[in-house]
Amino acid sequence: MTESAVKQFVNRNWQRLIVAVPYLWLLVFFLAPFAIILKISVADPVIAQPPFTPAFDETGRLQATWDNFTFLLTDKLYAITYLKSVTMAASATVLCLLIGFPMAYGIARASAGVRNLLLLLIILPFWISFLLRVYAWMGLMNNYGVINNFLIWLGVIDQPMQLMYRDFAIYVGLVYSYLPFMILPLYATLERMDLDLVDAAMDLGASPSVAFFDVTWPLARPGVVAGCLLVFIPAIGEYVIPYLLGGPEALLIGRVLFDEFFVNRDWPLASAVAIVLLLLLVVPIVLLQRSQARDTELAS
Amino acid sequence: MNGQAASNGDSASPDFIRIENLSKHFDDFVAVDSVSLSIARGELFSILGGSGCGKTTLLRMLAGFEVPTTGRIFIDGIDVTDLPPYERPVNMMFQSYAIFPHMTVESNIGYGLRKDRLPKSEIGSRVDQMLELVKLNDFRHRKPDQLSGGQRQRVALARALIKRPKVLLLDEPLAALDRKLREHTQFELMAIQDRLKITFIVVTHDQEEAMTLSTRIAVMEQGRFEQVGTPKQVYEYPCNRFVADFIGTINTFESRVVGCTDGVIEVESAEAGSHLHALTDKPIASGDSVSIALRPEKIFISQERPDAAEDTCLHGIVEDLGYFGNLSLYRIRLSTGKIVQVSAQNRRRSAERFLEWNDEVWISWQRQSAVVLTE
Ligand SMILES: Nc1ncnc2c1ncn2[C@@H]1O[C@H](COP(=O)(O)OP(=O)(O)OP(=O)(O)O)[C@@H](O)[C@H]1O
Ligand SMILES: [Mg+2]
Repeated sequence: MTESAVKQFVNRNWQRLIVAVPYLWLLVFFLAPFAIILKISVADPVIAQPPFTPAFDETGRLQATWDNFTFLLTDKLYAITYLKSVTMAASATVLCLLIGFPMAYGIARASAGVRNLLLLLIILPFWISFLLRVYAWMGLMNNYGVINNFLIWLGVIDQPMQLMYRDFAIYVGLVYSYLPFMILPLYATLERMDLDLVDAAMDLGASPSVAFFDVTWPLARPGVVAGCLLVFIPAIGEYVIPYLLGGPEALLIGRVLFDEFFVNRDWPLASAVAIVLLLLLVVPIVLLQRSQARDTELAS
Repeated sequence: MNGQAASNGDSASPDFIRIENLSKHFDDFVAVDSVSLSIARGELFSILGGSGCGKTTLLRMLAGFEVPTTGRIFIDGIDVTDLPPYERPVNMMFQSYAIFPHMTVESNIGYGLRKDRLPKSEIGSRVDQMLELVKLNDFRHRKPDQLSGGQRQRVALARALIKRPKVLLLDEPLAALDRKLREHTQFELMAIQDRLKITFIVVTHDQEEAMTLSTRIAVMEQGRFEQVGTPKQVYEYPCNRFVADFIGTINTFESRVVGCTDGVIEVESAEAGSHLHALTDKPIASGDSVSIALRPEKIFISQERPDAAEDTCLHGIVEDLGYFGNLSLYRIRLSTGKIVQVSAQNRRRSAERFLEWNDEVWISWQRQSAVVLTE
């Protein structure tokens, strides 16, 4: 092809080329790894390099097994771990929503200067490494950490409270770390909302709380959905926070995954754990997207 | 609750709505400055003023969205100043329309009645009535973003009317409409107002709209009322230069008073290049500076010098002219250099123009047509 032919091709197809970029990205960085994990999850573990059986044996026969998945179903440990991860992530999401909504609302309604400052404060923690911030919480919640010392100094308590190495500490870590991901999408929808709509509802006889549930909440729904997904999805597989802040009995799926891979070197089982986790995530996402599609359909 | 209009009892008491010394300050900025006003039941009252003069702020105080810095508001004898919006017998049509984007036309219109917990059957029939009134029957199941600007405006109107409030506040109700539709809707609004006997307060910055619609007009500037009166009073007897300029076009001659007898003043105007006469009941003394103001349509234009002795006559040449179908506009340059605008009806139909550029003409007016402005 000559240079001008290339140019012509680009000029004609630039829209398709641009759309192709995210598809290519997904193909290379999501679909291909997923295929590899899927392949490993139906293999048998072997002591070799790599530590799982190849897809085809020497005679070229396909070898695949459901053993890893049936094992996940039979050993109660995994069901309990999945359930615990889902409930913890869901509770943390609800907590983030309860704390984040008023904050986002306040920021969206603040005057322009204050609003930028508040947004900056929300984003500021990202300048510091996530790991460091979680360590900082250890320093705060220690038996002889800042919080306990302060409360003892105040005279509220005379013995240090056990804050660390409990679910409480995991919740603190999760809510603290993921709150910005709830606030930012909520802020974006609330900021766009026409304030006259709330006034109009009140003008027509709605008290402020009724106006909130009739107008503000339904119009903030896309932001709520986006924020919840952004918190729930990373929270469910979270490894660092439960590992550092939670107790040894805090068996969450991220921990199990890590142990299977690196401690037991059972790659096929670990892959099966990951696949099931993915399914657990995909189902709520699909449901939420349906509801969102319904919302936009209603709105248009 | 109190969204219902009271049984139309007493006749037009001028104090149906009473506003006393109402002010609104935003920090240091005075948006509404000590406004007092009385409006009778059933009036269609317009507030006219330029952008940013405080019209919306005044309306929002009446609706209850802004807390007045000072002053009180009475509606039908009740002090509503401290009532929240949802307890006032007032509904508002917003400048932005503020139609709920997630509800259909029908449920937008019925919203107010649902909040009053009226029985379903009554809500249904009243929504039907409203849809009929604003001619949106075929669009009842549509979402707001499937409507045209004019249709949306009618949804907003219906939604504000359905509770039959004692007072309906309309913030630039027709601003988004094209000229034809606007004129049509103006008459519809007047018809609706007449039928439902609701007191309307309409905010607008379109003076023609105010003139056509209203029983009375308040001209607002920088948070204050410059003049309140019937359209005719405001147009024919503007109380100051701002009002005269704001409503329609007007020619003014800066002058100095040289004599005053029996309500007739004689002034000397360098701009006109001669002595002018005008009638006034204002207390004016010799030596005062005044402006003599004349509407373009009050001035006659002719090629021969008119002979009525009482009238003022000035000589000039046609500097510019414009043909507007039903009338023509002329800009006449006087020998002093002053430009005077004159409008004349095009009564004759002819391909020939009556006047051409640079024609010498006489302009004249009756002394009772001139308005004396003291500020
Ligand atoms: N919440 C507010 N905070 C500060 N200033 C305000 C606020 N609301 C209005 N103003 C100011 O008050 C003045 C009057 O505003 P208002 O909205 O009443 O104008 P308006 O007459 O309705 O103008 P328009 O014809 O453009 O709608 C404006 O200068 C505006 O900037
Ligand atoms: Mg306004």
